[in-house]
Parts: sequence; structure tokens; C-alpha cells
Amino acid sequence: MGRTFRRLVLLGPGLGWWLVFLVVPLLVVFAYSFFQRGTYGGVVFDFTLDNYVRALDPLYLNVLWFSLRVAVITTVVALLIGYPAAYFIATRPRRWRTPLLILIILPFWTSFLIRTYAWIVLLNREGLINRSLQGLGIIDQPLPLLYNEFAIVIGLVYGYLPLMILPLYAAIERLNPELREAATNLGARPIKVFFTVTVPLTLPGILAGCIFVFVPSLGNFIVPDLLGGGRSIMVGNLIQGQFLKARDWPFGATLALVLIALMLVLLVVQARIINRDRPADADAN
Amino acid sequence: MRISFLDPGRWLGAHLGLVLLFLYLPIAVLIVLSFNDSGLPTTWTGFSTRWYEAVLTDDKILGSAVNTIIIGAISTIIATAIGTLLALGLERLTNNALLDGLVFVPGIIPDIVLAIALLSFYNLVFTGMLGLKLGLWSVIVAHVVFNITFVTAIVRTRLRHFDISIEEASLDLGANEITTFRRITLPIILPGVIAAALVAFTLSVDEFVVAFFTAGTTITFPIQVYSMIRFGGTPEINAIATVVVFVSFVLILASQRLNREQV
Amino acid sequence: MEPQRELIRIEGVTKRFGHIVAVDEVNATIRENEFFALLGPSGCGKTTLMRLLAGFETPDAGRLLLDGRDLVGVRPYRRPLNMMFQSYALFPHMTVYDNIAYGLRQERVGRGEIERRVADALALVQLTGFGRRRPHQLSGGERQRVALARALVKRPKVLLLDEPLAALDRKLRVEMQLELKRLQDTVGITFLIVTHDQEEALVMADRIAVMDRGRILQVATPDELYEAPNSRFVASFIGESNIFTGRLSIAGDAATLVGERATWSVAPGAPGRAGLVDGASAAIVVRPERLHVARLESALPVDHPTMDAGALNRVDGVVRDVVYLGSTRKYVVELSDGSRALSRVQVGQRGDDLTPGTRVSTTWAIKHGVLVPDA
Repeated sequence: MGRTFRRLVLLGPGLGWWLVFLVVPLLVVFAYSFFQRGTYGGVVFDFTLDNYVRALDPLYLNVLWFSLRVAVITTVVALLIGYPAAYFIATRPRRWRTPLLILIILPFWTSFLIRTYAWIVLLNREGLINRSLQGLGIIDQPLPLLYNEFAIVIGLVYGYLPLMILPLYAAIERLNPELREAATNLGARPIKVFFTVTVPLTLPGILAGCIFVFVPSLGNFIVPDLLGGGRSIMVGNLIQGQFLKARDWPFGATLALVLIALMLVLLVVQARIINRDRPADADAN
Repeated sequence: MRISFLDPGRWLGAHLGLVLLFLYLPIAVLIVLSFNDSGLPTTWTGFSTRWYEAVLTDDKILGSAVNTIIIGAISTIIATAIGTLLALGLERLTNNALLDGLVFVPGIIPDIVLAIALLSFYNLVFTGMLGLKLGLWSVIVAHVVFNITFVTAIVRTRLRHFDISIEEASLDLGANEITTFRRITLPIILPGVIAAALVAFTLSVDEFVVAFFTAGTTITFPIQVYSMIRFGGTPEINAIATVVVFVSFVLILASQRLNREQV
Repeated sequence: MEPQRELIRIEGVTKRFGHIVAVDEVNATIRENEFFALLGPSGCGKTTLMRLLAGFETPDAGRLLLDGRDLVGVRPYRRPLNMMFQSYALFPHMTVYDNIAYGLRQERVGRGEIERRVADALALVQLTGFGRRRPHQLSGGERQRVALARALVKRPKVLLLDEPLAALDRKLRVEMQLELKRLQDTVGITFLIVTHDQEEALVMADRIAVMDRGRILQVATPDELYEAPNSRFVASFIGESNIFTGRLSIAGDAATLVGERATWSVAPGAPGRAGLVDGASAAIVVRPERLHVARLESALPVDHPTMDAGALNRVDGVVRDVVYLGSTRKYVVELSDGSRALSRVQVGQRGDDLTPGTRVSTTWAIKHGVLVPDA
């Protein structure tokens, strides 16, 4: 059984499937961005850069800017909420950790659609939160909690919080507790220890968690669609609109490429930061 | 942890409690509402299962559920097979960090990007050149794309704890490579493979965005739910939500148990 | 059991991993019914050599002959060798019985015969009745015996053992050393063991191949390795030794080793045996039992093995440390040139009562100094 044959049998199906059903489609998208919309939809293969020019229109740039803003806020909120949670779990006795993690991750496996829908029920004018606040006498009029940026951020944080907590937990758990003890022994107070020892050393986990939250948030479609109302749309909605309503696939492709480009930039930056911190490994072979 | 964190520990514990509340409250609300006779979040008129009955007698909902289960089953089988082979290949035959990283890309690519890419591709190649209409198959193919990533990741963690000298022992005792795989490797990684399959099934069944773009005129369960939400939320959605949540929990917990067992 | 004819011949075998040469043109022969050990520090290539024999690696050059047939290119499952793995590698999802029967089933042996042979194998390793148990229910020692039984039940021509005692605690290790020897006697097949523990090899093996950096330095019986090492490496790897270095000076029949601050006589014929010429860098190896220590003031001990002063080498020194080892004493002596020497003496013999600080003279018979090249 030659080594090449074995490689082919094991890696072939997976890489092959991705080649045909991921790489090629992405290349098609890339190609489409240079073409034009046909009269009745469809694609006319005339090379043009118009789509890219059009993408720079303030109309679309605003949507992009809004999406970036929402994604950043979501990521920051998720980080602020997630880090203490991950820290707590990581510092529990071993037998508590897995059950707690399962509790955290379980909602994530439920339909994203349904979990987002739940917030419609909660944030509605006649929804649970408003009614409770009114019932408790804290407010008179229902708050506009739905169909705005606030709702979108809540929906995204809710959807992706587990994805932030898991890598954070992994990074914190891996930390040698003796490092914290050493810092304390040298006179640093807990807060100082936290910011000078724990946080920097868990940076890879922080970056991973941020990427896991930022990327899906940026390109998210469901949350702004269900919770954003007509006015708050993000890149994902734009793309959907171009493909399914306006039937301008080339332009939709262009927007998708912008999204991919942003994603790649982020990944590269993250990889750079991680590699910069890691000492160069001597070639083990 | 030797240092006692009594005070911060209590605050952090409270924080986690709030986080868990945040995560489960919306789900709990839906479950409670699904049994609310009035179906509205505003008033509770009594315990009732009428919404469940409504769901179970609605042909459209049931039809979409059947579609989704078919898609889930087939895409799971394909993705599990391909993903397991890939995991074996990556763990045993290559030592390429770049490849390891690239394997994760299909899992983190934004679903809308995957959706339109496949739609464009299908349209160009299958509909355009071959005259095929989109349907179950187009969703199945799409779901396999990202499910391979998850299966590979899960099976790989199982493989890491796998003592390769067991396979060498099998070869040494007279079994060839195929027999070794059948009688030794596969039975030992099987719990991990099944766990991965359960995860893949769950992901496929819940998946909306990609299906939405690639299903053509076929309606999958999430697509059905989406249109129910979008065009006037009806109380049946709460019942559906509860069922979906329950099924997901069961599948994922089963997957956890399987993957934890030491054989 | 007298080992007789040649069973395995390793000819010019080389194996590279990238630019590391793990096994470097190795030649060796292993005889039938022999208990043979590959001994060396980690990284010396002994495990690689064993894996080449088992078929898990393919040599880049050379031949591996078993009973005259070249094994290179033959898959592991077609070789009449079986291996006991360092991690035991028991199949976790099978019972002890199925583990042992596995190899027989691959040979398509009939059920009745499988039952008999598995029972025999279990009896051989003293695990009768353990058939239904699973690996995770066994102790480390029991698992090892199952691994042994599993390999032996196939009646291979050679049993390969990869660091078999490394995972055991001391007491178990000593028991297993004797156990393995007994097994080899009973079963009567060739055992090839890989180990980094020289004591283990000395106790169990009929012959030992000492390896370092991919090469075999010396193949000999434990006795020969101890008394007549052929290099500094072998001398210091096996047991403890005193090493005196210098330049060889040959004048006719007489030879001396000229060190920095002392000169020692070399046994006649030794340069020839060691293949060393005049002017070569060399070392004299003296085992601690051969190095005698006596108070400086006292005359030559009356019952000294060699009374003839001319047949002795002598250096003065001071006792720095005394180590009490039960039946022997070990003296660490600081010699006049600053180096340290080790001497062992049986309790009860003359010279067993020296204390730290005592000024002494250390002597050894010229013929007990082994001359080796100083690589």
C-alpha cells in the first residue's frame, strides 16, 4: 500500500469535495464580480469593473460601516461577558468544568433561527421584557428594544457567546497556575496579576474567540433580518437582496468578495499576532 | 488552583449564573409559551397542547420536516465518511500546519458567502449546462461542505489519544492494513465517529441560510419556520421551537456521552 | 542452552530520517535460541533497528536476512517475527482471550486449536483464568504478560521486545528479568530485546550489541563487555570504570601510556589487540574492583593479588568519599593529578575500613588495565 495511494484514499474525498463544491464556487463568485447583470437577471459575461466602483457608493459603504460597527460591538461585548465566565469555569475543580462547559455550549447547538426568534418575543413592544418592566413600574411606555441596532447586537451576542467562551476557556485552562502564584508572590495584587500575567498569556484564546464571533457576526443574515427591521441592514442582507430580489448576481458577488477580503485580512492579522508571540520552534524533523 | 479566590470567586460565580440565565431564558420562554393556550406572550390563559397538535397536523410543516430529515441523514452519512477518512489522513499521513488550518475554513466561512457561491455554481453548471433543477440534492451537497470540517475536527481529537502501536501490533500479528482498519481502528474510533455524526446531523437539520439559497423550490424545515416567523409569527412556532430544542439537546448530549467514554 | 546456528543476519543496513542517520551501515548476526540485546542510550538507533526487523520501517540500504531470506520489502504481517510493544498495545475493545487469539485467527487456525493454544499461552505467562477480562481491568504487569502471550502464541522464530521493563517499578522489573529469561529457556526461541538499561542487558542477555549514534560498537557476552570493552564509550556505558587517558608510547615490547602528570604501564600485547600504534591517543580502563586502595604508610598489602611490584600501576591520592553499599564499599579517591577514581572492596577484606581524608595509594595490576582508543 503505497504512501501516495493511502494519501489519495484518505485525503482525496475531503479535499476533492471541497475543491469542487467550495473552491470552484468561490472562483465563480470571484469571476462574476467582474461581469454584468443581464436584462432579466442572469449574468452577461462582459468584463467590467463597475461593480467594484458601485460598491464604493456611500449607500453601500454605510451598510458596510454599520456592519463593521455592529460586529465590533458584538465582539467586545461578548469578550467582556465571556472572559469572566470562562475564567470562572477554568478555575473550578476539574469535575465541574465539563458539565459547566456543556451547559454553555448546549444552546449553541439549537437552531440559530429559533434562538433569534425567541428575542423577537422578548424584545417586542408587547414582549416579555417590556411587560415585566412595565409591570414592575420601572417604565411607563414600552421601550423600543426591537428592530434596531440594539436588538441586532443582543441577537448576535446571544448567538455567538458560546463561541467566545470556549477558546477563552481553553487558553485560560492551559495556563500554568504557578505563573499567577509567582506574580502574587512577587507582590502583585490580583488585578495587576490579571492584567499583566493572565490576559497577555491567554491572548491566542482571546484572538480566536474574537475571530469566531466577529466573522459570523459581520456576515450574518438571520439576525439583522429578523431583529433589525427594515432600516438596520447589514452586508449579509445586502448580498441576499442582490441575489434574490434585485437579481444582480455580479454585484452581490462583489459584495461577498468584500466580505471575504475582510475576513482574510483578519485571519492574517490574527496569525501574525500569534506567531509573533510564539518563540520560533526549531524544525523537529 | 491553590490560591483561594473567595471574594472574586463569588462575583464570578454570580456572573456565570447571569450568563447562564441569559443563555437559557429565551429558550425557557419559548417552551413555556408553547404550552400557553392563548399563544401570546402577553396573557396566560391556561395550559394546553393545542399548538403541538396544530403542528403535528400541518402537512406543510411535516413535509418540510421530512425533507430536512432526508437531507440531514444523507449529508451526515456522506460527511461522516469523508470526514473520518480526512481525519485519519491528516493525523497519520501529513504534518502540515497550513493544511490543518485550511480544514477549518469551510466551518467558519460566513454562511451567506457559501450560500451564494454554491447558488452561482449550481446555476452555472447544473442548471445552466445540465438543466437540473435545485432540490434536496443541492442542499445535501452544500451541507456536506461544512459538515466535513466538524466531523474531521471531532474524529481527530479522538485519534490523538489513539495509540498507534495498537495498529502496528495488529499488523505484526498477521492482519493486513484493511483487516487492521476494520477490526481494530474503526471499532476503537467508532464512538467518536458516531458523536461526530450526531453533531453533523444536528447542524444540517438546523441549517437555514445555505438551504434558503440552494434549495430551489424545495422547502426545508428551517425554511418553513423562517417563513412562518417572517410573515406573521404564529404560536405554532413556539411548539416547533420546543421540539427542536428538545431534539437538539438530546442529540448533542448523546454525542457528548459517546465521545467521553473510554473504550 | 548453547546458541548455535545463525538465524538473523543484518548486512550493511542504513536508515535515514531526513538528514538524521538513525542506523548507519550496521552489521550483526543473531543466533538461534539466543537471548540477544540491543543496548544503548536513547537515540542510538536500537529501536529503529528493531522496527526495521519487524517491518515497520524500510531500510534505505542493506539486507535483513532471516533464515537466509531477505525480509526487505516483506510486509510485517508476513514476517515470522512477533513483537512485544513498549506500550503493550493491547486491543482495548477485546478481551484477553480475543487479544491472544487475534494472531491465530489471522492464520485461520481452527477454533478448537485456538482454544488450546490460548490456554497454553495463558498458562505460560501464569495468567490462567484471565481470558474474560479486558485490558483496562489489568495491572501493568498483567498487561505485559498478555502482550507476551499474544506474541508467543504464534510461535514466531524471533520475539522482539521493545524496552519491556521500562514501565515497571523496580521490584517488578527484577522479577520480570528472571521471568523473561525463564520464558526464553522454556519456549526455546530467539529473543531480541531493546533496552537502554545496561544492568538489564547484563542480567538477561547471552550476547549484547552496544550501539551509539546508529552504529554497533561491540557485540559480546556480558562478561566480555565488562572485562574487555573495546572503546571508551562501551567502557563507560557498561558498569562503572576508571579511565586514564594519554598518549601511547611503544618501545619494542614495552608500552606505556603517557598522561599529563603520570605514566602508566600497559599490558604486553594490548596495543596490538586494540589496534593502536605508537603516538595514538588511548585510554586505560580499570574496573573499580580491580583498583585497590591502601593506606599510604602501609607497605604493599601482603595478600595483594600481584605481589610483584613491577606488575602494578600505582597512583597516590586521598579518599574523598566512602559509599556504603551493603556488601561492598565504594571509595571515591582524588588522585594526585586531580582526577577521581572509584574503587570497590568487599566488606571483610583488607582495606574496607578507610575513612575520608585518609592518604592512600591506589594500585592495579597492569594486566587488569584494558587499553582502548580514546575517540
